[in-house]
Amino acid sequence: MPKQKFILNGKSVTVDVADDVRLLWVLRDRLGVTGPKYGCGINVCKACTSHINGKAFNPCAVPVGRLAPDDEVTTIEGLPEEVAPAQRGANGLHPMQEAWLDRDVAQCGYCQPGQIMAAVALVKRVRREGREITDADLDTIRNICRCGTYARIREAVVDGAGRM
Amino acid sequence: MSTSLPPLGRRHFLGYVLGGSTLIAAADLGLADAPSAFAETSARVPTPPQIPELYDLNDLLADAARPTANLITIVIREDGTATFALPRMEVGQGITTSTAMLIAEELDLPLDKVEVTLAPARPELLFNQLTGGSNTTISTYTPIRVAAAVARLALLEAAAAFLGDTVDALVAKGGVITAPSGSSVTYGELAGKAASPATRQVEVQLKGEESFTVIGQPTNRVDAIDAVTGRKEFTTDLQVKGALPTMVCRAPTLNGTPRRVRNLAEVKRMPGVTHVVQVSTGVAVRAATFGQCIDAVRALDVEWKDGPVAKENDASILRRLRAAQLPMPALPDTPLARTITGDFTFYFRSNSAMDTNSAVADVRKDRATIWAGLKSPVVAQQRIAEKLGMRPDQVTVNVVTAGGSFGRRLFFDGALEAAEISKKMGKPVKLMWHRADDARVGRGHPMGTCRVQATVVGQEVLAFNQSLTCVETDFRHGLGEIITAQAADLPAGLGNLGFAETIFALTQEVPYDFGAVVQTLVETDDRFNTGSMRNIYSPDVRVASELVVDQIAATMGLDPLAFRRRFQRNPRLLAVLDKVAEVGQWGKAMPAGTAQGIAIHKEYKGVSACLVEIDCRPATVGRTIREAVTGPRVTRVTYAVDVGLAINPRGLEAQMQGGINDGIALALTSSLHLRDGHFLEASWDNYFYTRQWNTPPQVDVIVMPSTEKLPGGAGEAGVAATFAAVACAYARATGTVPTYFPINHKELSFKPKPVVPPIPQSPTNGLAQTS
Repeated sequence: MPKQKFILNGKSVTVDVADDVRLLWVLRDRLGVTGPKYGCGINVCKACTSHINGKAFNPCAVPVGRLAPDDEVTTIEGLPEEVAPAQRGANGLHPMQEAWLDRDVAQCGYCQPGQIMAAVALVKRVRREGREITDADLDTIRNICRCGTYARIREAVVDGAGRM
Repeated sequence: MSTSLPPLGRRHFLGYVLGGSTLIAAADLGLADAPSAFAETSARVPTPPQIPELYDLNDLLADAARPTANLITIVIREDGTATFALPRMEVGQGITTSTAMLIAEELDLPLDKVEVTLAPARPELLFNQLTGGSNTTISTYTPIRVAAAVARLALLEAAAAFLGDTVDALVAKGGVITAPSGSSVTYGELAGKAASPATRQVEVQLKGEESFTVIGQPTNRVDAIDAVTGRKEFTTDLQVKGALPTMVCRAPTLNGTPRRVRNLAEVKRMPGVTHVVQVSTGVAVRAATFGQCIDAVRALDVEWKDGPVAKENDASILRRLRAAQLPMPALPDTPLARTITGDFTFYFRSNSAMDTNSAVADVRKDRATIWAGLKSPVVAQQRIAEKLGMRPDQVTVNVVTAGGSFGRRLFFDGALEAAEISKKMGKPVKLMWHRADDARVGRGHPMGTCRVQATVVGQEVLAFNQSLTCVETDFRHGLGEIITAQAADLPAGLGNLGFAETIFALTQEVPYDFGAVVQTLVETDDRFNTGSMRNIYSPDVRVASELVVDQIAATMGLDPLAFRRRFQRNPRLLAVLDKVAEVGQWGKAMPAGTAQGIAIHKEYKGVSACLVEIDCRPATVGRTIREAVTGPRVTRVTYAVDVGLAINPRGLEAQMQGGINDGIALALTSSLHLRDGHFLEASWDNYFYTRQWNTPPQVDVIVMPSTEKLPGGAGEAGVAATFAAVACAYARATGTVPTYFPINHKELSFKPKPVVPPIPQSPTNGLAQTS
């Protein structure tokens, strides 16, 4: 069985699993990292959104064998470490997570790790483009929320952007 | 306890201190407040009180609980925390938060020192462990407070002995009891001292509403930190020893069944696969990862027996519905009368949640343990035991928080399937339905037609008839038993149709003075996987009503707001109507192709009004977004709701925001398409629930101060009025009254995925799509 090596939430990990198993299942079923959720398995619902080398991606659509040993995968569990300790909020979390708490966004919570990871990447992207988040940017978020928390997500993304 | 105790007077109740080594306070779960009819005023041609105004679904659920109820307990631990196992199901609606608030309020304990968990199946509660009908807070509000008050009194008595003072002189606050001398003792220190060697009955007085400091305060969810850190556990997150990932290969027609597997040995040898077995619903595969389950399910070559709707499609089901329609009741034969009619079709819709149907099952020779998100765990326990050939007490059913329900988790089909698979494999399994299965084979709102006829003479409505004809709504999850027991005197027979008729009669009303009002239900086809999707019958019924109401208003020369103000017959409804009109600026100038729509709804002891603005201009309708439906966009929603006492206004606002997105989806984008005996939708990019590009950029929810002292139902109250308001706005913006919903149903906006294999393979290009 091939040994798969990559960096997960700041630590190098090695897993014995076939190359074609999608990273989502390596995280959830083999490593017990369950923050990224299954919602479709075909890169549509975005519930598993995590970061690879600082950008949003969906581990359900990545065979684990495609990862290089120095690829840095961050799931919701490792998000606070993406910012310096001084930038973390009252609960020791990433500014976007803190905004999520203050706005009481979650209902069932299932899609929310993916929503937060997508929100952080969106803010970084528009910053790279040298501008601030607009309603049109918020309209591009593909992460589905069947509880319909969209109004609070929109408020929290803008709030979190201001804190980042 | 087999009977509940009558209240001793307003706010005086009996509870118990149970024998034990720490303080355990208990109340009878049946201590719900007696139903009360709302006073009605009528100025127009009055409609006699309709059934839900006198006795509604929630009164039925509360009454059903009363004689069979048993004790619920609050335990005070030595660390000063209070714990309570709620015999209801948290699916995101926020009941663990509102329940913790009730306990914090009555016990004078900080909210973060109250821990609310979900109780496993407790068969002794019989029908008092069902989460549905927006009934949780209505039926548990008083009993939970009584248990907390019992605990508080026991703590005060123990503190009096400890501090050498009298109970009346002590002050309890923040989990500390202080004497006039300044000496104090914490709840944690008192937990053991307040314990009683034997169970004793005590009388307590509940706090008056005027002294509430927690109830009624906007409060953030108690599970929010777990949700935003990924620590919140759902069924598939549980690590149960030996419970490997398991999926099922399903038939190419709805509810088809397997005859035989042609390549069993081959699939068993696939990487990671441990077991492949044929079960009643398909062929189950257990493997080291879900990815390997997907591979194996896709590789299976199965001979299938067609399901019961193998040849059917939307059009054939609609023909059956039309054939089942009863003649509309006769209208008054009045000279000068005008008849206004409407005839609407509502296609199948899915209540599939983000967290797909799942369950962990560990079935051994003499016992079984199940973990799943279950809203009717007692019935689930009984049915699973039946399936396994065990007694119910050999089956432990643990209730796990679920990622959404929308009525879906009233059913326990995943748990039942997991139990069957675990038994056949002789191993623990973690069963997860693929999204494609959840969309195609899961539960949904039945397709139906709704016809309306109204007789109008001058400025009065003399009669209003409404007839809903639909595919059966399945109530066989245990709600049925309650109704069998409770509603025997109602003029409905037994069987599912009887339950459906009862639910319909107990929930539907026309909230206007329209003279003689008749609403009827016909259900006709029991072959589909249906259920009580959020708000059951109301969304479709209210849409049909409110669209016709706008037409009646037009014939009278009244605008939609003025008409509703004139004909409504409930002061609370008038208040929410006026509130949305004011905040949402009813009647403001709008560009051509855009319009406002307004609608009201009354149900579950609450009232609501919704005012929306819709944009149907070509530039908006024609927006293109990859793999998406755009279409008309609701740009603004103003929603006012009076549910009675709002325990947590912030949670209530969240429920309305969710219901608003549901209503928009029902009106504009989301439905299932039946073709050749199967639903086509297999993905969130096929089933078009509201997405960010459809959701209104501006949403204002107003929680009204209520004249009611008790809480009403909140979980479903956002859907019906929104659906109706969006439909009315669309009709006004386009000049065309829609005749079917959702309005995009007849354009298939996606390429259907194959039915063989039944689930799609995961893509491999994820690294090319980073953003």
